[in-house]
Amino acid sequence: MNLSILITPVIQAAILVNVMLIGAAYMVLAERKVAAWIQNRIGPNRVGPWGLFQSFADVFKLYLKEDIVPAAADKTFHSMAPVISIAVAITAYAIIPWMDNVNIGGTTYTLSMAPNMDVALLVMLAMTSVGVYGIALAGWSSNNKYSLMGGLRSTAQMISYELSMGLSAVGVLMICGSLNLVDIIRYQTEHGWNVFYQPLAFVIFLVTALAETNRAPFDLPEAEPELVGGYHTEYASMKFGLLYLAEYANILASSAIMAVLFLGGWDLIPFVDEIALMGLAPDSLPAVLIGHAALAGKAALLVFVFIWIRWSLPRFRYDQLMNLGWKVLLPLSLANITITGIVLLLMK
Amino acid sequence: MVESYIPLFVMILVGIIFGASNIVLTEILGPKRSTRTKLSTYESGMEPVKSARERFSVKFYLVAMIFILFDIEIVFMYPWAVQFKELGMYGFVAMILFMVLLFSGYIYVVKKGALKWD
Repeated sequence: MNLSILITPVIQAAILVNVMLIGAAYMVLAERKVAAWIQNRIGPNRVGPWGLFQSFADVFKLYLKEDIVPAAADKTFHSMAPVISIAVAITAYAIIPWMDNVNIGGTTYTLSMAPNMDVALLVMLAMTSVGVYGIALAGWSSNNKYSLMGGLRSTAQMISYELSMGLSAVGVLMICGSLNLVDIIRYQTEHGWNVFYQPLAFVIFLVTALAETNRAPFDLPEAEPELVGGYHTEYASMKFGLLYLAEYANILASSAIMAVLFLGGWDLIPFVDEIALMGLAPDSLPAVLIGHAALAGKAALLVFVFIWIRWSLPRFRYDQLMNLGWKVLLPLSLANITITGIVLLLMK
Repeated sequence: MVESYIPLFVMILVGIIFGASNIVLTEILGPKRSTRTKLSTYESGMEPVKSARERFSVKFYLVAMIFILFDIEIVFMYPWAVQFKELGMYGFVAMILFMVLLFSGYIYVVKKGALKWD
């Protein structure tokens, strides 16, 4: 096999890992700042201007901490769990179409990693499923009662909400007729954003995304008053850091996926072909950069919504959580598919 | 066609290497001053009682089993949804029949109280 075809993906992977790290670092800072503002505090402001380097200081501190593995724990799986979590979270970044192909001087450059994968959305859902293993293993291998309960709760919660997440995406697929995320964006640029045609699916997807990333009000796996820290009670040093990093990486990834599926991806203004109005070719550098900024802006806005919800809403009780997932969201998403089907057939 | 999946495998590999190297790094860099108490299982300051690997609620198994059934439904729906506009009325009626069958199973599960948590 010709090894040169591996060079571009490896460079892109290195860039994306750094994007993920810096994105997660600033999401943690944003979370702490927003939480502080909501609670009428100042928030981190010592490390660098406005606390801009706080997260980096925290990471260096985590590296220098003692790595405590409980004597009763299963050592192999205890180390494996964070690796699975972070590997899955990173892989999702390869699938998201961050940028369109750009044409500079007659040569086309591909800036996204796997932009034209036909099963992109399916791989995305598969990665969410594999992510469950990381958390379940972390909970089981610690051999701690809190960890085990946290891991079990998390597994049951994630698989329950995964159903509604998968089903709410079916409506989008019926409209766009493709699993390819770039095709879905192109369809929305032409016909308007999916959120206008699939408002119910968008709400379901947002709620399930909160549950999939174990965010409040669905953060039962790490409910502090009952479970101490949940599945990462027995984790210290950078192993804890990796689990934490994976959590934030997943938030950005699911925000970006929501922006792609429902909010038009690279499209800045719905129903208006703003790129043509400005007299730019769709594959010229300024147009692609505008598209990238639009996607990043929408993702950032959704990340803010995630943080906002966390600091505004109290936590669910476990039976309420399961009832919402199985008895409300699942029938609603099935109804959404039926209604979408009927409307699409009537319009034909 | 396989070429378009190479970046994905590269990314999985990079992710595993990134995670593994971080774990090795933190094991090298951190101090090692372990004591017996430090390595004991955390139980809110109490002496640990027995192992954590005990029996837990059967509900978790039930949820997992019902999940498998519905997940297969979703996998079945994806190709149908992508081809929906071509399949037209025939495809829609077929899928509605399938959904009604599965939904009656779902109602049975709910009526039996398999999803009741208390």
